[in-house]
Amino acid sequence: MKRFVKQGFVSGLALSAALIAGAAWAKDDITIAMQLEPPHLDPTSAAAQAIDSVVYVNIFEGLTRFMGDGSIVPALAESWEISEDGTVYTFKLHEGVTFHDGSAMDAEDVKFSLDRARAEDSANAQKALFAGIDSVDVVDPLTVKVTLTEPNGNFLFNMAWGDAVIVAPESIETIKTAPVGTGPYTFGEWVQGDKIVLNRNTGYWGDQPALAQATFKFISDPTAAFAAMMAEDVDVFTGFPAPENLPQFEADPRFQVLVGSTEGETILSTNNKQAPFDNVKVRQAMAHAIDRQAIIDGAMFGYGTPIGTHFAPHNPAYVDLTGNSAYDPDKAKALLAEAGLPDGFETTLHLPPPSYARRGGEIIAAQLAEVGIKAEIINVEWAQWLETVFKGKNFGLTIVSHTEPMDIGIYARPEYYFQYDNPAFQELMTTLNSTTDPDKRTELMQQAQRIISEDYVNGYLFQLAALSVAKAGVQGLWANAPTAATDLSAISWSE
Amino acid sequence: MLRYSLKRALSLTISLAIASLVIFAVIEIAPGDPASFMLGVNAQPDTLAALRTELGLDQSKAERYVSWVTGMLRGDFGTSYTYRTPVSQMIADRLWVSLPLALYALALSTAIALPAGIYAAARRGKPGDLAVMGATQLGVAVPNFWFAMMLVLIFAINLRWFNAGGFAGWDKGLVAGLHSLTLPAIALALPQAAILARVMRSALLDILGEDFMRTARAKGLTRRQALWRHGLRNALIPVLTIIGLQFSFLLAGSIIIEQVFYLPGLGRLVFQAISARDLIVVESVVMLLVFAVITVNFLVDLAYAAVDPRLRSRT
Amino acid sequence: MSRNLILGAGLSSLVVLAALLSFVWTPYDYAALNIPAKLQTPNGQHWFGTDHFGRDMFSMIMVGARTSIAVALLAVGIGMSLGVPLGLTAAARKGSWLDELIMRGNDLVFAFPSLVIAILITAVFGAGAVNAIIAIGIFNIPVFARITRGAALSLWEREFILAARVAGKGAARISAEHILPNVANLLIVQGTIQFSLGILAEAGLSYVGLGAQPPTPSWGRMLADAQTMVSFAPHLALIPGLAIILTVLGLNLMGDGLRDWLDPRLRVART
Repeated sequence: MKRFVKQGFVSGLALSAALIAGAAWAKDDITIAMQLEPPHLDPTSAAAQAIDSVVYVNIFEGLTRFMGDGSIVPALAESWEISEDGTVYTFKLHEGVTFHDGSAMDAEDVKFSLDRARAEDSANAQKALFAGIDSVDVVDPLTVKVTLTEPNGNFLFNMAWGDAVIVAPESIETIKTAPVGTGPYTFGEWVQGDKIVLNRNTGYWGDQPALAQATFKFISDPTAAFAAMMAEDVDVFTGFPAPENLPQFEADPRFQVLVGSTEGETILSTNNKQAPFDNVKVRQAMAHAIDRQAIIDGAMFGYGTPIGTHFAPHNPAYVDLTGNSAYDPDKAKALLAEAGLPDGFETTLHLPPPSYARRGGEIIAAQLAEVGIKAEIINVEWAQWLETVFKGKNFGLTIVSHTEPMDIGIYARPEYYFQYDNPAFQELMTTLNSTTDPDKRTELMQQAQRIISEDYVNGYLFQLAALSVAKAGVQGLWANAPTAATDLSAISWSE
Repeated sequence: MLRYSLKRALSLTISLAIASLVIFAVIEIAPGDPASFMLGVNAQPDTLAALRTELGLDQSKAERYVSWVTGMLRGDFGTSYTYRTPVSQMIADRLWVSLPLALYALALSTAIALPAGIYAAARRGKPGDLAVMGATQLGVAVPNFWFAMMLVLIFAINLRWFNAGGFAGWDKGLVAGLHSLTLPAIALALPQAAILARVMRSALLDILGEDFMRTARAKGLTRRQALWRHGLRNALIPVLTIIGLQFSFLLAGSIIIEQVFYLPGLGRLVFQAISARDLIVVESVVMLLVFAVITVNFLVDLAYAAVDPRLRSRT
Repeated sequence: MSRNLILGAGLSSLVVLAALLSFVWTPYDYAALNIPAKLQTPNGQHWFGTDHFGRDMFSMIMVGARTSIAVALLAVGIGMSLGVPLGLTAAARKGSWLDELIMRGNDLVFAFPSLVIAILITAVFGAGAVNAIIAIGIFNIPVFARITRGAALSLWEREFILAARVAGKGAARISAEHILPNVANLLIVQGTIQFSLGILAEAGLSYVGLGAQPPTPSWGRMLADAQTMVSFAPHLALIPGLAIILTVLGLNLMGDGLRDWLDPRLRVART
């Protein structure tokens, strides 16, 4: 007990010092809350988006990077040249970039990072991003040449992912707990179960960011999230988990609410190999049995954009195909009868933890019941979902938000958990991957959207909204979430 | 006494051994692979195999059981799959929340229950007694998580006297730490206080009926004086037993309350670890809790046997 | 009959009646969603208001009573049907290795943090009412075993048992014919108390999402669903909470009353 008292006294002193200091200077620190705590801090060896939410473009940077509007811009690579046939990328690196430990970042580190990610024993969760790389060669300390086995229109986009950041070879041992990168912020401390602190990197190669310190706090419980924000314990909450509470923040002049878009297509995933879902009529019947607006209103309290295919509505190539699956229970019943199931059928509906799935699932089960489809709700944890649904493919229906950007390609993988096997679509994707002409790519992508929409592969529900709450004085926050990231350099306090 | 202690110690050891087997078996058949959970949906088979080797999941179940148990005997609880930090360290960190919370709740419950129980016993059958007994009936009937929600609604959201959740951390000072544990401690203490007050009251009433109390009354002490001088001390034995048992209950039983208030304690750790399939953490924490309960029971038994030799013949 | 017993029996039968009535009648279909009518406070149409999906809370409370009672009752059933024979056996063979085994087994089950184990069980076998019943039921076994053994032990010393032994009756027969009827009152009282604890445990498990699964309503899950909405729709949390409290209170009062009525000398462990 004595220890506590002493510490309390010391931190009391520190606090009053901070109060005095605060009066003299503008606020240059921020506390950002999010729902999930990262399991560790290596973005190149885990799928957890929470890792990227803390470290991406703050601690670690890649050759290219995402901006808030979803565009891809140069990062550690100052510029690049692409060979005529589209298979050789020569990256020119920025000069004078150092890792947080003071060592220089050069072409060797790029080669090391990319080779590590695509190695046999690599633990990279998105190894497919690097699959097309044939070799990585160091030309000189600031030039690196990447050779692909075939042209890949997505390569620069792939290199912007958090899984493709450049890491320092000598820091790999401790990267999970003490990450060393090139970014504008250095790792400060991590109190597990509570917070991670990042500090401004005074030796940063680019512009100095406005904030000197950022604290990420992890509050997974929606009620606690609401209370922490209301009590102004935190300055920002990104990915606010309780849409039902947003009107209260909107009504309060102390706060601002940011509603943006994410890459999360929320879908009623359907096991295309399991009877009766192998019959397109049955899938079409389900599509007409579902009232998207009721789901958006009931589960998300109105936040979310209806989708009719597996594609983000804010993407210029998006086609609105919601008309293919308009809410029409009578038509659904007729289609079921045509499929030989006039009395409906029984199936299972596996629901992972997020509220879009749990709440959305209750609504969908009720809507399906209206047309005679009895879906038994099975609530599962993510680990169980991965095991039973994703790996075991032992499910009828499930609800999940596919948050990877530009992931329509999963429909070309017949072994993927919803098991859609359409050679025409697979061929289309192969063509798309080797096409670099933008107009041609748009056309192909729209064709792809139509195929899966008209095949009713899955029930297309809505695009997940990016919901953030912040104190009124915070500016520069990303409203949209093109990738999991909290771009601290963009954030500042208004006067 | 020594023979009795040895016998009880032996059965304690056997109990712990069986408990460890049961815990390991139950947790190991849980569906869900920790490695695929960590790597997510786009993981490739070779990546998964590499991670499984790294975590030691490629060993046989028997090997893993033996290394888990022998590790614990040495005080080594293994390394968490998800956090990659020693489990003993994680448990120690969480104990700094759970232990003070349990003690705080116990202190509150005792502070409320003992006076209430004494008061009720002293006024047996009078309106004061009925009021206290009625309140304890209500206290036992209220689900503590519901009570917690109401506390949050009133004191955190409406009055803003307390935070609705989270733990300030002891580095912010003792007062800040206790402040953030106050609502959870109240929520935990209420049903315990109701039980304890009833025990206190009935223990006192039992004592009041005993011969030595009648003697004390005969010596000219008033009822209240007799209660204070002689009754209380004797009634404390059952009360202390209940307090001891409540402590181990509070340590493990705060799991839902930690959930409501978002406290980084042991219960929450178990919850998180179960959903992340961080098996080694679940196994170790549950084992630790079982160990705590069994040991408290053992000590209570020994203390009883020391006080009352008749009990030694009972096995 | 005491005031406690009347009040307790009254409250309990009210809940049981509501549960039984829900099989044939509820004001609305408890599972029918009506999203435009969501989050209404109690009013003429919806006596307890509507929830976040526009479902009628009154109907949900009625059907929820069914869930609570079914889970708690079956859990007590498991506890009694296994615990009582174990306790009788242990008492009949007092001091033997079998007695020792049963009592140590009891201690072991008691030593497990019940909620953590319940969570483990549901994590392994999946969340659902059946697994909640099993999880709660397991922890009822040692309770019944212990009190049965305790009461039976003192009965074995009594003369009428000695008489039966002299008459050549075996231990099993004596247990069934003479011991069991004499501990029945005690078991009824303890059963009432375990029943009320079962209601609380079911609510707790459902609250963390491990009880009955939707669309079956359960009071604990109604509370969990309400948690983020208490700040603007307190009735969502108040009504299921009061339902739990009144039910448990009723059962406890009834237990106390029964104890006094059946045998004022009986003492039952409350914790």
